[in-house]
Amino acid sequence: MAFLNLEQVSKDFGPVTAVCNVSLGIEKGEFVSLLGPSGCGKTTTLQMIAGLVEPSGGRISLDGRDITYEKPNRRGLGVVFQSYALFPHMTVAENVAFGLEMRRVPRSERNERVREALSLVQLASFADRYPRQLSGGQRQRVAIARALVISPPVLLLDEPLSNLDAKLREEMQFELRRIQRKVGTTTIMVTHDQAEALSISDRVVVMEAGRMTQVDAPYRLYEQPSNAFISSFVGKTNLLAGKWRRNGASAYVEIKGISLEAPIADLSDAAPVMLSIRPEKILLREPGAGRLDGRVTNRFFLGSQWLFTIETVAGTMTVAIPNQGGDPPLEGSAVGLDWTLTNLRVIPDTANL
Amino acid sequence: MIRRSPFTFAPWLLAGPGALFFFGLVILPLCLTVILSFHAYDHSKGIQDTFTLSHYAAVVTDEYYLSIFLRTLRISALTTLICAAIGVPEAYILSRMRDPWRSVFLLVIIGPLLVSVVVRAFGWSMLLGSQGILNQALHLLGLPSAKILYTETAIVIALVHVMLPFMVIPVWTALQKLDPMVEAAAWTLGASRFTALRRIVMPQVSLGVLSGSLIVFGLSASAFAVPALLGGRRLKMAATLVYDEYLQELNWPLGAAIAIIVLVANLCIMLAYNRMIEVRARRTLG
Repeated sequence: MAFLNLEQVSKDFGPVTAVCNVSLGIEKGEFVSLLGPSGCGKTTTLQMIAGLVEPSGGRISLDGRDITYEKPNRRGLGVVFQSYALFPHMTVAENVAFGLEMRRVPRSERNERVREALSLVQLASFADRYPRQLSGGQRQRVAIARALVISPPVLLLDEPLSNLDAKLREEMQFELRRIQRKVGTTTIMVTHDQAEALSISDRVVVMEAGRMTQVDAPYRLYEQPSNAFISSFVGKTNLLAGKWRRNGASAYVEIKGISLEAPIADLSDAAPVMLSIRPEKILLREPGAGRLDGRVTNRFFLGSQWLFTIETVAGTMTVAIPNQGGDPPLEGSAVGLDWTLTNLRVIPDTANL
Repeated sequence: MIRRSPFTFAPWLLAGPGALFFFGLVILPLCLTVILSFHAYDHSKGIQDTFTLSHYAAVVTDEYYLSIFLRTLRISALTTLICAAIGVPEAYILSRMRDPWRSVFLLVIIGPLLVSVVVRAFGWSMLLGSQGILNQALHLLGLPSAKILYTETAIVIALVHVMLPFMVIPVWTALQKLDPMVEAAAWTLGASRFTALRRIVMPQVSLGVLSGSLIVFGLSASAFAVPALLGGRRLKMAATLVYDEYLQELNWPLGAAIAIIVLVANLCIMLAYNRMIEVRARRTLG
């Protein structure tokens, strides 16, 4: 059995089901992200693990101990809240010391551990400040120090980076991973930001409407999304709806009167499917030299890459080309689109069944 | 270059009516009362045009007046304390209620303000009187009857009832500003519900409790209807004493002197209390 185990955990708020039969095993030292759009039940799941919300059904166990209905103050888990929830009337050091005080750790040891925790998050010189005197990023690190100082078996992070600006968020992502690596605490992070989930997790759990739909390593999640929602939610993708056709050893997909070669899949003939291809997997060729012809309608310069919108017979496609110094095709010019067949994914279109 | 507006008198015009009102109804009568308190008084000839400090001297040296001031202080402080003890938990429960119930209970708490204090005081005297419902109930149970009406207890009970909304509302407002997750954070760090309340929630609503206490104390110390109706003729508080000096003894200058002393004492106590707590709270809450 895994270190932290969720079995068929559900939560209903009146007639609304927020979380439905979530089962998940998390190993010691793992960094797992719960990823999903707002309202998908990821925060409720986290709060059930923290003990702030009581599950309507199912079982949660930690290290073999059933904690489903245990009070939050008996669980000893570290929680970092979205609003950080620092105690405004206490200094940084008092905030961090609070958990140790509750555990009746003697003063000298307490001071030592507070100092260690603050230097771990690089805030050693801020011990006597009040939270309102700190910037957003510093508050966030105080919240992490406060959660980690009690040496929790599991660290729970509720959208820890969502209140930070873009640049700081990127820095904090790596900072968070560095701290987690150093301390080795099992960590669960809730986020709606796929880039955040992909860059720092060992595994990502995708949630949709209260259910888990895919649990995978970030790389596999990106390359092999199990449905159309995930492929568009995790990274950008081009989705083309069509009919899957088998032709002996090969297969193709009919889209608006044209056919595109497709990888072999375990599908019945004429099944509705979505073709998914990532923008960066498409290559630009001379017109007629690729698998599909189109015309550039827009191009955007993003610094490290160019982003094109290309009108084709099959639909509008987004293409990303790395910026290698040359001048890419102008708006209005005809181009050919090409790709390696293995980068094209066929997803059964359950919505159009 | 900012062009100077031709309507610079607009702020004066806007603040004018309020200022005039305040001047006419507060400042002017207050000044007249101060002047009146220095006038000499003769029992046969009435108010004289000579000035004297004898009224003030009489009040501060006479034990009768001092005992009334002490009683006023005692009753107000006790009322404030009980209001805080009842009102703060009440506000906390109110702030944790779900929405339809919260509005209903807020109305229940504010509702009594719509009923005149005099009517409510009579209500209490019917409940607590020697033939009142309370004593009838005690009688039915075979217990000896309790004499509550016309004691300080009756005044405190009625004052608490009247003043409670003035404590609940500021504390409730302070609680509304609190991030509910802050309390949850304390739980996850190992604090029991009680410890979280004591260490985390209470310090943050201390300013709300402070303003509530100031309102309750100030209003209690100058309350008239409740002590007049429930304290009876003998058990006087500051406001009823002033009333008696003016309308029973017709010694207006002495009444004015007492009123001024009550005002100054009230101001001193409230400012000192405000300073003591606010300085501490502002330092940490910013």
